[in-house]
Amino acid sequence: MVKAGPLRSCQGVGKGGVCVAQAAEPEARTVSKATAEPRWWVEPVATVVAFSLFVLYSAWDVLFHNTGQYHNYISPYFSPNVGAWLGVHAVPAVLVAWVPLFFRASCYYYRREYYRAFFWDPPACAIAERPRRYRGETRVPLVWNNLHRFFLYLAIIVVIFLWKDAVEAFIFPNGFGVGLGSLILLVNAILLTLYTFSCHAFRHLVGGGLDCFSCRGRPTARYRLWRRVSEWNRHHGLWAWVSMFWVWGTGVYVRLLIMGVIHDVRFF
Amino acid sequence: MLDIETREYDVVVVGAGGAGLRAAIEASGRGSRVAVLTKSLLGKAHTVMAEGGIAASFGNLDPYDGWETHFYDTMKSGHFINNYRMVELYTKEAPERVLELESWGAVFDRTEDGKIMQRPFGAHSFRRLAHVGDRTGKELIRTLQQKVVTQNVDIFAEVTTTRIFLDRQGRVAGLFAYHRDDGHFVLFKTRAIILATGGWGRMYKPTSNSWECTGDGAAMAFRVGAELQDMEMVQFHPTGMVWPPGVRGILVTEGVRGEGGLLYNAEGERFMLRYDPEKKELSSRDVVARSIYREVKAGRGTPHGGAWLDITHKGPEYIKRKLPGMYEQFKKLADVDITKERFEVAPTVHYTMGGLRVHPELAATNVPGLYAAGETACGLHGANRLGGNSLGDLLVFGRRAGMAAHEYVQNLASLPEVDEAEVRDEMRRVLRPFEVEGGENPYLIHEALQTIMSTYAGIERSGPELEKGLAELEELKARAERMSVDGPLHFNPGWHTVFEVQSMLLLAEAIFRGALERKESRGAHWRTDYPEELPEYGRVNFVQTYEDGRYHIRPEPVPEMPPELARLFEAGVAPGVLRARQAQNGREETK
Amino acid sequence: MAETVTLWVYRGDQHGGEEKPYEVPLMPGMVVLDAVHWIQAHLAPDLAVRWNCKAAHCGSCSAEVNGRPRLLCKTRLDEFVKEGVPVHVRPMKTFPIIKDLVTDVSWNYRVMRQIPPFQPREPAPFTLYQRDVDRVQEFRRCIECFLCQDVCHVLREHHEQEHYFGPRFMARLAELEMHPMDAGDRVGFIRETAGVGWCNITHCCAEVCPEAIEITNNAIIPLKERVADRYWDPIRGLFRRFQKTAP
Ligand SMILES: Cc1cc2nc3c(=O)[nH]c(=O)nc-3n(C[C@H](O)[C@H](O)[C@H](O)COP(=O)(O)OP(=O)(O)OC[C@H]3O[C@@H](n4cnc5c(N)ncnc54)[C@H](O)[C@@H]3O)c2cc1C
Ligand code: SF4
Ligand code: SF4
Ligand code: FES
Repeated sequence: MVKAGPLRSCQGVGKGGVCVAQAAEPEARTVSKATAEPRWWVEPVATVVAFSLFVLYSAWDVLFHNTGQYHNYISPYFSPNVGAWLGVHAVPAVLVAWVPLFFRASCYYYRREYYRAFFWDPPACAIAERPRRYRGETRVPLVWNNLHRFFLYLAIIVVIFLWKDAVEAFIFPNGFGVGLGSLILLVNAILLTLYTFSCHAFRHLVGGGLDCFSCRGRPTARYRLWRRVSEWNRHHGLWAWVSMFWVWGTGVYVRLLIMGVIHDVRFF
Repeated sequence: MLDIETREYDVVVVGAGGAGLRAAIEASGRGSRVAVLTKSLLGKAHTVMAEGGIAASFGNLDPYDGWETHFYDTMKSGHFINNYRMVELYTKEAPERVLELESWGAVFDRTEDGKIMQRPFGAHSFRRLAHVGDRTGKELIRTLQQKVVTQNVDIFAEVTTTRIFLDRQGRVAGLFAYHRDDGHFVLFKTRAIILATGGWGRMYKPTSNSWECTGDGAAMAFRVGAELQDMEMVQFHPTGMVWPPGVRGILVTEGVRGEGGLLYNAEGERFMLRYDPEKKELSSRDVVARSIYREVKAGRGTPHGGAWLDITHKGPEYIKRKLPGMYEQFKKLADVDITKERFEVAPTVHYTMGGLRVHPELAATNVPGLYAAGETACGLHGANRLGGNSLGDLLVFGRRAGMAAHEYVQNLASLPEVDEAEVRDEMRRVLRPFEVEGGENPYLIHEALQTIMSTYAGIERSGPELEKGLAELEELKARAERMSVDGPLHFNPGWHTVFEVQSMLLLAEAIFRGALERKESRGAHWRTDYPEELPEYGRVNFVQTYEDGRYHIRPEPVPEMPPELARLFEAGVAPGVLRARQAQNGREETK
Repeated sequence: MAETVTLWVYRGDQHGGEEKPYEVPLMPGMVVLDAVHWIQAHLAPDLAVRWNCKAAHCGSCSAEVNGRPRLLCKTRLDEFVKEGVPVHVRPMKTFPIIKDLVTDVSWNYRVMRQIPPFQPREPAPFTLYQRDVDRVQEFRRCIECFLCQDVCHVLREHHEQEHYFGPRFMARLAELEMHPMDAGDRVGFIRETAGVGWCNITHCCAEVCPEAIEITNNAIIPLKERVADRYWDPIRGLFRRFQKTAP
């Protein structure tokens, strides 16, 4: 005999609605054990390890040292030297390190990474989560991520100083020269520039917020800039990782120089 | 009293493709209470597959284009058995309809100076197809869908219609349908019905059509007395995918040739130069399809029985920008990179020019209250449809059907009565496949039908073959009487297939009968035993009716063009082309 | 005997169900949907599946193959055969099941109706330049397969359908907001009703999108920035007020 499904009337039709197949009862579906990527946990675990080590090292460098200066090299953790401007000499890096910290913490890319790796919201795509209250970015404190643009403005200032540091790293007491440290600082400035100016908020600022770039028929400078930034923005995640490791490495290099563990290599 | 869901509307539109949605927007915009029924989800209709574009003579790139030239091209490609009045209305109104889409949110590709971009297409004299990359149909249906959901229209998705009811005076009174999700029945009482159920390309294999194209609307209407016309005209698109077998038949848009793709046979010859030295690859579809077919028959086919299509000379940048869908489709499904390699193509069933005979202005069939628009209607395309003319057809005649149905409803004094006995009959009929024990498998009947159609009523036809096919079809029909299904009522595709197979079987015979009657070759209809195009057949359409299980076929004169339109053909060149040439000569003289 | 492959297909409805094995002969270039069709024609005529085009144009055949949301008509079987892994086909998890591989996606259509439609600034024909519509056209590639809705953890794991429209409709809203000829203002709507704040930009939607739409980067983040302009940026607010009062 024929078994008919439950009869139910279409919700919503009558005043202009779409009647589409609707499940009538709560369902009982067996859970799938097959997952897309059996080793889905590798990525979040690796991220957790990398971030944790970075944060631990950074905290140690920033909180337990009073200087990051080694001759004409300055550790990126300590630049610009706001402490000197204010006459504070104890742990001066704290006065500036919050800028990159908050910039990165509110960065759209890092957000993705820590939501996935630390919050497991979700740990990987289509992987079951622990049942847990979730409010997205609608409540304090995560809603403050909307302030990202302000940290961008500050981060841009910091980048300007990093370029100054990079230039100074080529000016030795006896004039122009190139050491390993000079190159490291230069690359550092370049990578941070790429990271900072590939920022989503920057992309929005230069043109993303416009609905029409060229309503009078000509591509504007803003359009061209937006295109360029969008191009960089595609690799924002890459710049985020590379620049993070490079800052770390630069910090370590300068710290080791200061501690006298290693010596700078001078090319000429 | 009938114990089933019953709903009442002024106008019920069957089909949520371009034609159905456009009709619903019009009728409801004018104040009718409208329902739209579709057997799949909203926004998924066959129309999404259209790739190339919508033909409308804006002349954005070629200023000499105009409706007269579009009219000329369409009539000529249709081999003059089109209804001239439909062509006239269509070519005049298409630009307006496209702009309307734009104002509803469609975003077409643009020209340098900010107008709608137009692309060249087979047998169009000028660059004429408004398009969005190679996904124009999607743009069209999405725009209409987004418009219709904000209007006061009820949309019944996954509700399959199985029968039209007339009242005692022979007027439309309602229709019978069932919800696919749980199998429950619903009776729609209505004053007017607009059929926009698309074509029946699923009868063939290979086919580029989606599963919906089973001709349900035309079959239902035919059963209640509506007339079919030009059923022998089935369009084969010259370029379908060939290899691997899993993708056989999937369309390779004409845009590939429009953008410069060239056809070669296995010997490396650009054979279209031989078949149509003037238009070459961009000749009309019937010509190109037949040419490929002939090359293969002559033993010059590619390894899997087709021709090579090559666009590599355009460069990867250009190809990826202009034909992203094709690039992706070949890469993903066939492991072929079309920017680097040529690929195999062969004809695939594409479009059914025949269909319900309608009034050219009102889209009305001969049954009072029954309207038809889109692929399921007939008249605009004649013996061969031009690429891009279908999407325009949906918009122009969808709207006209909506308007006319609304008018008709306004003038109807009372709601026609549905005869309850008929409804009970239909309930019984619809459930019968569950009662047949160990009957025929509907899927296999469908496969058998596809074989018959492709073998005997394909690109190449002849009297004896058609007779043979018809005989086999009769046997298959007898077997199909005993189709059976198992399982529950809810979401049972086997059950659904039964009705589709019934529709296709009904129309298949009409194709054979039409093809037998047309003893000549014209457009898509190619008979090896009558290879010439004959003037006496150019003056008639074959019209079929169905009564008590019997087909009746009669010739009807093709409506004659008034002198002002007939004049367009005197020069033997399209009016716009003529003007362009004159202008060119003028320029040269003044130089 | 031709080579065969075993498909584990979920069979069931709201009352429960399980994966059942079906052995299917292999053809070159076969996609999962071909295999499902073969099963329908030869082994289980009532196996429910949605499909229309079999060409990745319509977005009907969405399901999960080995745990990953995909279009059945675009998923090649040889991918699995080569690796020798079994093939599991299941309905989308986020949506209630109707039967077998068919799910109740009606919620999406209800959301669709709530979105304030396009409001043209001027009558057509528009003068619009390609570079200004590139962004919009990306979103209009959407085939409404709802795979992004399926994978989005806000809907899939947290069932926040009440608060969040999901990535598909973020792309839809972005396409309207960024349309050069649209006069509507949906920023408040995007924040309040559509709930853009519920997305935590974890990018899964963009990863599964068969049309390769960069939903997160190009739609959601720009919308979040527009919301931030309005609600979190006093400096911009000042500017706006200034512009309004300026003659
Ligand atoms: C691959 C491809 C590419 C194409 N490209 C172009 C192009 O570039 N330009 C062009 O102009 N044309 C093109 N065409 C042709 C064009 O797409 C179709 O002719 C056109 O879309 C038909 O639209 P329609 O509105 O008549 O019906 P369809 O879009 O076929 O819609 C039919 C509707 O009817 C419903 N339906 C059917 N039966 C029932 C039933 N029993 N109960 C309830 N509902 C039912 C279906 O669910 C569906 O919603 C192309 C066709 C194909 C196959
Ligand atoms: S990025 Fe946002 S919308 Fe996309 S899947 Fe993640 S949470 Fe959902
Ligand atoms: S955005 Fe992509 S994944 Fe989402 S519905 Fe559209 S096509 Fe599917
Ligand atoms: S069947 Fe249309 S997308 Fe798969």
